[in-house]
Amino acid sequence: MTKDEQTAASLQAVSHRYGETVALDDVTLALPAGGMVGVIGPDGVGKSTLLGLVAGARKIQSGTVNVLDGDIADDKHRKRVCPRIAYMPQGLGKNLYMDLTVFENLEFFGRLFGQDRAERRRRISQLLKSTGLDPFPNRQAGKLSGGMKQKLGLCCALIHDPDLLILDEPTTGVDPLSRRQFWDLIDSIRKQRPGMGVLVSTAYMDEAERFDYLVAMNSGAVLATGSAADIKRGVGAETLEDAFVKLLPETDGRERKSFEIPARPVHDGAPAITAQGLTRRFGKFTAVDNVSFEIERGEIFGFLGSNGCGKTTTMKMLTGLLPATSGKAWLFGEETKASDLETRKRVGYMSQSFSLYTELTVAQNLDLHARLFHLPRHRIPDRIDDLIARFGLADYVDDLAEKLPLGVRQRLSLAVAVIHEPEMLILDEPTSGVDPVARDMFWELLIDLSRNQGVTIFISTHFMNEAERCDRISLMHAGLVLADGTPAELMRRRSVETLEDAFIAYLQEADSEPAPTESLTDAAAQNGKAAPPRDGFSLRRLMAYCRRETMEISRDPIRLAFAVLGTAILMIVFGYGITFDVENLRYAAFDQDQTPESRTYLEGFAGSRYFLRGAPISSHAEMDLRLQSGDITLAIEIPPGFGKALLQGRSPAVSARIDGAMPFRAETIRGYVEGLHQRYLDDLSRDSIGLPPVLPLAAIEPRFKYNQDFKSVFAMVPSTIALLLMQIPAILIALGVVREKELGSITNLYVTPVTRLEFLLGKQLPYIAIALINFFILVAMALFLFEVPIKGSFAALCLGAALFVSASTGVGLLISAFTRTQIAALFGTAIATIVPSILFSGMMQPVSSLEGGAAFTGKIIPTTYFMNISVGTFTKGLGFRDLSTEFIALLIFLPILTALSVILLKKQEP
Amino acid sequence: MGRLENIYRLGVKELFSLRRDNVMLILIVWAFSLSIYTAATGLSHDLRNGSIAIVDQDRSQLSTRIRQAFLPPYFRKPELISFDRIDPAMNAREYTFVVVIPGNFESDILAGRHPTVQINIDATAMMQAGIGNGYINAILLQEIDRFVGSGTPRPPPAVELRSRYAFNPNVESAWFTGIMQVIQQITMLSIILSGAALIREREHGTLEHLLVMPLTPLEIMMAKVWANGLVILVATGLSMALVVELLLQVPIAGSRLLFLAGTASYLFFSTALGIFLGTIARSMPQFGLLFMLVVLPMNLLSGANTPLESQPELLQTIMQAAPPTHFVSFAQAILNRGAGFDIVWPQFALVVAIGGIFFAFAAARVRKSLTVAHV
Repeated sequence: MTKDEQTAASLQAVSHRYGETVALDDVTLALPAGGMVGVIGPDGVGKSTLLGLVAGARKIQSGTVNVLDGDIADDKHRKRVCPRIAYMPQGLGKNLYMDLTVFENLEFFGRLFGQDRAERRRRISQLLKSTGLDPFPNRQAGKLSGGMKQKLGLCCALIHDPDLLILDEPTTGVDPLSRRQFWDLIDSIRKQRPGMGVLVSTAYMDEAERFDYLVAMNSGAVLATGSAADIKRGVGAETLEDAFVKLLPETDGRERKSFEIPARPVHDGAPAITAQGLTRRFGKFTAVDNVSFEIERGEIFGFLGSNGCGKTTTMKMLTGLLPATSGKAWLFGEETKASDLETRKRVGYMSQSFSLYTELTVAQNLDLHARLFHLPRHRIPDRIDDLIARFGLADYVDDLAEKLPLGVRQRLSLAVAVIHEPEMLILDEPTSGVDPVARDMFWELLIDLSRNQGVTIFISTHFMNEAERCDRISLMHAGLVLADGTPAELMRRRSVETLEDAFIAYLQEADSEPAPTESLTDAAAQNGKAAPPRDGFSLRRLMAYCRRETMEISRDPIRLAFAVLGTAILMIVFGYGITFDVENLRYAAFDQDQTPESRTYLEGFAGSRYFLRGAPISSHAEMDLRLQSGDITLAIEIPPGFGKALLQGRSPAVSARIDGAMPFRAETIRGYVEGLHQRYLDDLSRDSIGLPPVLPLAAIEPRFKYNQDFKSVFAMVPSTIALLLMQIPAILIALGVVREKELGSITNLYVTPVTRLEFLLGKQLPYIAIALINFFILVAMALFLFEVPIKGSFAALCLGAALFVSASTGVGLLISAFTRTQIAALFGTAIATIVPSILFSGMMQPVSSLEGGAAFTGKIIPTTYFMNISVGTFTKGLGFRDLSTEFIALLIFLPILTALSVILLKKQEP
Repeated sequence: MGRLENIYRLGVKELFSLRRDNVMLILIVWAFSLSIYTAATGLSHDLRNGSIAIVDQDRSQLSTRIRQAFLPPYFRKPELISFDRIDPAMNAREYTFVVVIPGNFESDILAGRHPTVQINIDATAMMQAGIGNGYINAILLQEIDRFVGSGTPRPPPAVELRSRYAFNPNVESAWFTGIMQVIQQITMLSIILSGAALIREREHGTLEHLLVMPLTPLEIMMAKVWANGLVILVATGLSMALVVELLLQVPIAGSRLLFLAGTASYLFFSTALGIFLGTIARSMPQFGLLFMLVVLPMNLLSGANTPLESQPELLQTIMQAAPPTHFVSFAQAILNRGAGFDIVWPQFALVVAIGGIFFAFAAARVRKSLTVAHV
């Protein structure tokens, strides 16, 4: 502890790369303790990586990171300090569970840190009161506004009184009032707990002014460190944003061009866009509420507001992507309609995600769009060259769009949007995530389009300084337009200095966010120091995951339906579909004899339960044709003179032609035909000829054990139960784990005291329960739908099923360790479970007939053993004693599968 | 004219996108090569390595001969077990067949006392039990005949039966499974490809970009249909030539061109189905779950795996409305049985008609779901 009280964390020669992309390049840095340290820089410069490494969420690739007086790469140290660190990853509510309510989220985190019920309740109620979330404990996290999500995220991070709070872009995309409230909240927490260090990253330069110590970063390297004042002084800049621009190596400290926006020439005539009372509801939720505005030709009109306030929805209604619930909009005096292709040619659109074909090159993207807009063929090359030159794309012509730096990609997006020289541009947050220099370049292009080419520009943004450049803006919040006018007007009307203050003033009038009802100072004073979480296995943490998973599944209709109905549907399909019964076969006779003798021969076929008689055949050509067309699968040909020859004892020959296209069916048919033929011969010798039948030398007596009628269902239905109980639970649990990886909530495994075993078992339990419910549904279907009775021990079947679904969910967990996307988990698990289960578990061929690798696989998959238990108890009438080997085998799988999953699951992000 | 050009341009773009999608390319190559090969050679529908045991209570020359008559590849080497092992061994699925030769068997045969041989068959081993019973019967009779035989020739039967298999004289299962695997891969891959293409565009936000351009949803859909359909058609052609004909040595009885023409018309249906599922699913994982619930049953019940006529009547009727059933039917007719267009035209017509109706339905759905995109 004495070593260095002054640093909360220090980095020594830290580098980090993702594939070929370098995120951090040899960074050495010391972060002071006890203060508020801000990491600033645009998106993709390595801020998140840096924070993830300090939080211990990411595995260190090279270099050393010391956090709270110890090497974070040391697992023991990390385990020790992890309860003292709180980490809130980037993205609105990334560590939260959107299907859970505010209260349930907090409860979950409380349990992870080993708090008992009373302590949890006390802390939660204090945190809710101090953040103003207390009126909504039962609202689902997914339904909170951006600002409230971030507050809830903060509550979850603070529930265990951390000594180091790490916040990754906590205010990105949040409205200015919520942002201000968020920072006030942090300030009041710090007042109460002065020892707590806060490490925060942000892309908003203006809010960085309030931090004690700053680290400015660009492309994986640190540009400067020090207080905001130091940094500004160092390069002689007025604002932090200017200072940052000057620090950038590519600008070489040159003066940033101050922004001159020429006055807009006055246009008369109809407005370019008119919106009247536009409203859009999604179910009960009103995304846009009665929005009206007019935009003149050549004007730059801005929509300013937080994420989810309705900007995008409004724009989509204007472009005709989304029909309005009520209200109307006109583009160039014509009402917008989804089917109106002519108006679309006059509009260019650029969406939030830059919507380019990332797998095409720059030139291909431009060419595709030029052609889709039907530019005259001869003009296309010139137009593309012109755009490449004007938008600074010359160096990237043959690069894939996905490889482009963000700023270039954004310019390409704009080039694509204007390729057909539209009269109007609709731009939805076109500059999010790009650095200030690139943003300035982008605006120069916009201003050129507006002022020199008379293009009307409708742009949305959540950056104040961008909004200031617009001719007029609308302030939007929660679906409503709070005010509109020129930026100067808006500031004047509220008598404030900045646009941000004006916006906040309007927001306060709308009074949407609840204010805290109790300051944290009072609340936290009642808290003792949190008890350190227990080492080793904790049932409480396990149950925390178990409960949470159960709640999540029960609130996800698609997964739930698949879990319950999926097996039932597949059971019907497999039960009826995989049948080895061969019956209802159509045959026809080609009777060239037409005597009583020939008819007697054919009677045997007509009376068989396997065959259905088709119209008689009259020629060889017809016989071939009908076999070819699949009309019949068997043709019996009786030669002319059959009866005569028979009576004369000349042993005439009957020929049977069997359709061999489906070999299994063909061989079975042959068996049937030979059986019928033999019976005919027996009858013949007894009845017609009156001779005693020629007895064979020995009688052969086949005993079809277990399944006297030799009906496919008695074998296939129990097998199908085994197959489905392998496949569906494995898929569901693999999806359940990989979903956390995709959504980011897996971070909670990385940065909280929960162990891998607790995590895995906690997730597994609910799926075992679901699988058992499935098992009972399947058994009921077998009994009542397929009428397959259980001849053996039902208890043995149930115990076997319980062991087996524990194993099959274990297989799902194991597979989830290898997969990173849900789609890969889905198809990977499906293939990895179905194929071996069908081929090697004894469902098709008995395991005793397999050889080599197939035989080995058959022995090491759990399905084989439960297949025996299921078929054994259903059809063979077996009980516990007969199946002891199978039970032992299934028991052995459980610890092995769990151990493998624990080993393969990473406790840190690679 | 302009519309056709749009469809063409967008389709070419699809092909470019696919070229960059390594996972999908590997999936296509695997599905149309290795997966077909292993399924056709791996899972034999004939009797192979039947596990058999003999309870020999006779220990005579004849019983030894019988034991030696069970030969690979049809049977494993028979094991000798005691009578009281029959039940436990068969309960544990150690043997599928147990032949019981009673005491004094040889002497009873020679004395003409018609002794009885019992064959215990595990009738839960559906694929082996029936056929195996026939083989064992034949082997027993043949060995007994041979043992007794040399002296007295047995009289010919009153009527002789000559069974012949048409189209596949040696009933080789690869001829069937090889082709049916191709058919099932066509259904699966075309649906995955077109559905994933739509969802990917939606997730990347490029779909709404297309929709604000002067393009109609039908053009967007048609482009995906032709581009992805073409890829599958080419893969099918290559797979039939290289894997099925060259590697698996399956003779093709009918016209390859006719089959590809049929496949092309079927692809209109399957790609439209993929796109339709893509409009229902809100994300890739949901698409995957839907895929399993729709495509697995369709393939399994189409007649490509097990005989259609053994299904319950209701199911058969329902499956008549599904184009895969008719696709399987005409593929078998053309490729295995050498049927020409004069024979398969009704199936062609059904595929085109049902496919056309579904295509129109999917197009309407796409138009609706794309214009009301809650992207």
